[in-house]
Amino acid sequence: MKQAELMLRADNVSKSFGPEGAATVALSGVDMSIRAGEFVTIVGASGCGKSTLLNLFAGLDKPSSGTIEVNGKVALMFQEATLLPWLTARKNIELALNYAGVARSDRDARVAELLDIVRLGDWADKRPHELSGGMRQRVALARCLAQGARIVLMDEPLGALDAMTRDHLHDEIESIVKAQGLTVVFVTHNMREAVRLGDRVILMGSRPGRVVYEQSVPLKRPRTMDSNDIASRAADLTNRLKAEQGILEGADS
Amino acid sequence: MTINNASRTQTTFSARNAWAWTWPKLFAIALVLGGWELLFLSEWRPSYVLPGPIETFDALFKMAGTERFWLAVKTTMTRAGTGFILALVLGSIVGIAVARIKPLRLAVGNVITGLQVMPSIAWFPLAILVFGLNEQAILFVVVLGAGPSIANGVIAGIDHVPPAFTRLGRVLGAGPIALYRDIVLPAALPTYVAGLVQGWSFAWRSLMAGELLVIIAETPSLGTTLDFARQMSKVPELIATMIVILLIGMLVDSVFGTISRKIRRDRGLAIDD
Repeated sequence: MKQAELMLRADNVSKSFGPEGAATVALSGVDMSIRAGEFVTIVGASGCGKSTLLNLFAGLDKPSSGTIEVNGKVALMFQEATLLPWLTARKNIELALNYAGVARSDRDARVAELLDIVRLGDWADKRPHELSGGMRQRVALARCLAQGARIVLMDEPLGALDAMTRDHLHDEIESIVKAQGLTVVFVTHNMREAVRLGDRVILMGSRPGRVVYEQSVPLKRPRTMDSNDIASRAADLTNRLKAEQGILEGADS
Repeated sequence: MTINNASRTQTTFSARNAWAWTWPKLFAIALVLGGWELLFLSEWRPSYVLPGPIETFDALFKMAGTERFWLAVKTTMTRAGTGFILALVLGSIVGIAVARIKPLRLAVGNVITGLQVMPSIAWFPLAILVFGLNEQAILFVVVLGAGPSIANGVIAGIDHVPPAFTRLGRVLGAGPIALYRDIVLPAALPTYVAGLVQGWSFAWRSLMAGELLVIIAETPSLGTTLDFARQMSKVPELIATMIVILLIGMLVDSVFGTISRKIRRDRGLAIDD
């Protein structure tokens, strides 16, 4: 069977911050390949370089050594929705369309379409402070889609949300990603979330940040966070991370 | 029925709000006028030196009926408006340049703050020598009075733009001009408006000092009205003019206050106003 097109590749990538001699090594020898249509989740403890890696893929930073290959346009979604507070939901999305080069005459229809995708059609003219945390992230998701990128990088986008909202958004992200045929790299520190969403889970160790384990998740979709399969895989990942960090095994995720 | 009740509740609520907003101001005015009247009645100073509020407001109403008074208000407001707009344009350009260009900030960043704290009246001797006793001298000092506050407002506003916003701009693909136009400057707006408020107060003070020092023949202004009233010992007119100066200053400040509150409310930053 022919393999899907390679969309993202990190080849022996290292990244250090600070002056030479006293530099902090954030990433060391990271190798990663992500193919078209894959939903890859990256998990690891805080400070393991997950966000640094996303910044490198997004072109916001350059690796200290090694190479990053990106095959197509990339959109990035942050932990905080980072909506511009002086613009309505509609205008926030429209700004992304403007930068993506969408003609002014086509923007209104496209904004309406995107707001419908994230089920916020009735909230178009609300400003960010008038929306709940979950709604703000949905607007951010619509803005992310507005960029017309085939690769979407998500940096703990649901980390600040309550469990119920997060569950709803899992379903929503999953269906949007499938419908739009996107390639996704989703960073999280929540093991269950990683297994719930990912076709493949990459576990990163810290100091320095590197890939320590990789697991494909052949579970059928739709999945739920509290299913036994997800719980046991998440527990396995947690134990691997603890072992990697030198912490005794035993606790559940 | 429900709608009627709701609208009645809303009316009562807005009436209550309006009263809550009005009574402290009315109380303060009554307190000042009462104190002034008591001071007048105590004959602490003779009435030709310190007239009472009744005589003063009578003088104010009489002044307000003259063409010369409105001409004076027009001259002063035109100077204030022109000077402030000039200061706004120059201050904003300098502010953006200093915030963006590092060597420029190192070179003149402190000078702007120095200019801001320098009493504008200290510029007048030089302004009179350079420009003469004319409008340019007044405008020069008004611009120098207001410009640094406006520039500092821009610089502080840009410095405090959350890095997440500029990062977002880069992620969305904004070029340097679009980044400033669409993200950095709008994000800096609340601090910029605070700079404008301060700039206005400096402009107004500089203008009053200028109108007292630079008297241009056949051009009545609030400053000259004040000075002539002092020279002619027309104390009720003098105090009446001071009240007008105070009221105009407060009126413009309240316009800025309204703009500033709207900006904060639109961004979900207003606490309770």
